[in-house]
Amino acid sequence: MIYLDNAATTYHKPQSVIDAVVEAMQGMGNSSRGSHSGALKAARTVYDARCKAAALFGCSDPSRVVFTSNSTEALNIALSGLFAPGDHVISTDLEHNSVLRPLYRLQAEEGVLLDFVRADRQGCVDYDDFEVLIRPETKAVVCNHASNLTGNMLDLDQIGSICRKHGLLLVVDASQTAGCIPIDVEKTGISVLCFTGHKGLYGPQGTGGMCIAEGVEIRPFKVGGSGVQSFSKTQPAQYPTRLEAGTLNGHGLAGLSAAFDFIAETGVEAIHAKEIALMRRFYDGVKDIPGVKVYGDFSTDDRAAIVALNIRDYESGEVSDELSENYGIATRPGAHCAPRMHEALGTAEQGAVRFSFSYFNTEAEVDIAIDAIREIARL
Amino acid sequence: MREKKLRLIITFHTTTAAMAFEKYCMANGLPGRLIPVPTSITAGCGMAWMAAPEDRPALEEAIQKDALAVDALYEIVH
Repeated sequence: MIYLDNAATTYHKPQSVIDAVVEAMQGMGNSSRGSHSGALKAARTVYDARCKAAALFGCSDPSRVVFTSNSTEALNIALSGLFAPGDHVISTDLEHNSVLRPLYRLQAEEGVLLDFVRADRQGCVDYDDFEVLIRPETKAVVCNHASNLTGNMLDLDQIGSICRKHGLLLVVDASQTAGCIPIDVEKTGISVLCFTGHKGLYGPQGTGGMCIAEGVEIRPFKVGGSGVQSFSKTQPAQYPTRLEAGTLNGHGLAGLSAAFDFIAETGVEAIHAKEIALMRRFYDGVKDIPGVKVYGDFSTDDRAAIVALNIRDYESGEVSDELSENYGIATRPGAHCAPRMHEALGTAEQGAVRFSFSYFNTEAEVDIAIDAIREIARL
Repeated sequence: MREKKLRLIITFHTTTAAMAFEKYCMANGLPGRLIPVPTSITAGCGMAWMAAPEDRPALEEAIQKDALAVDALYEIVH
């Protein structure tokens, strides 16, 4: 199989990640549950992973790295724990349902007010719109770093400076960029960065987390066992324990820790350069094929390595199935959990076929995919 | 069973703070090790740093110098 669905999850993982998970599963206790050698091994492993996450994302305090099972959980924790009735939140059309649904729920159940910065037919936003939407009740901007559909990136420095200027929180969904685009939470002014471990970080599924800026107080989403302060009736107030009730995914985090090592050794810039080169090769190979329509803004390399396209009026699911069945190429059709983005692009009905590239893909695979698109467009 | 004697016990608010403390001490050659927090200090669970009472000045100096996150220091028979 030629795997080009890396925006969903990266398929090929570094051997060091696999080895770390296997080794952890061969002997690891429970982090923060005792101080025998097995428990300490787990606690040290988790703490090392925290330190590495903090280093990668420019967070100076590892205790403000909270581990979750993925970005969705991180976003739910952040969004459910930050806002009160009457608060106004600004988001964008680029968002995934992991942002949209928690916000819609807050709107319906908690009286949180929402506005969206609209995207144009290329999936781009006008940054002036953020300031236009700000009102006295505005508490935060919640946005992704890059669209999981088009790969278009939002300029977080620009949004961060708007948030700083108006005293707003900035909550960022970095699902498509963590590990492959540089992120510096403190320099950018990100209040809460939510990331997943199994995509651009090349870690195991079931791992993810959040980096929480100094002074940002999030109410616990869940409460329970913490291994400390057990006779207190309330969840410990200190991060990360405050948001980590229950046993962590220690085995997965052992893998994620090795994944952070892989990212550090390889270099985020080198990973991005390789992924973007593969994306460009594919984009250049398909964009002029008659009947092919590519979505998104390719005028810059500051983007995620994603190409979404349609062929004529073919249903995206059929094209993707054709690619899978006849060419052994894995892609993702349909709506990609990004309803507003599809509406902005005009693809709500057709969906789109998404090709997404990883550090482990090759030019030869890209060329096979280009030939497949050319053949299908000729049918 | 280990012989009971007067020991320095340092407690933490979180396991993360305990891990940070252990990492710091190992990197800086400071004495002690992590143990379950003694029940005479708290009936809850968690980890504490145990060292000899004579190590207290060096550990206190490090805690102050690098603002290490600890809860409290005790000297108890343990």
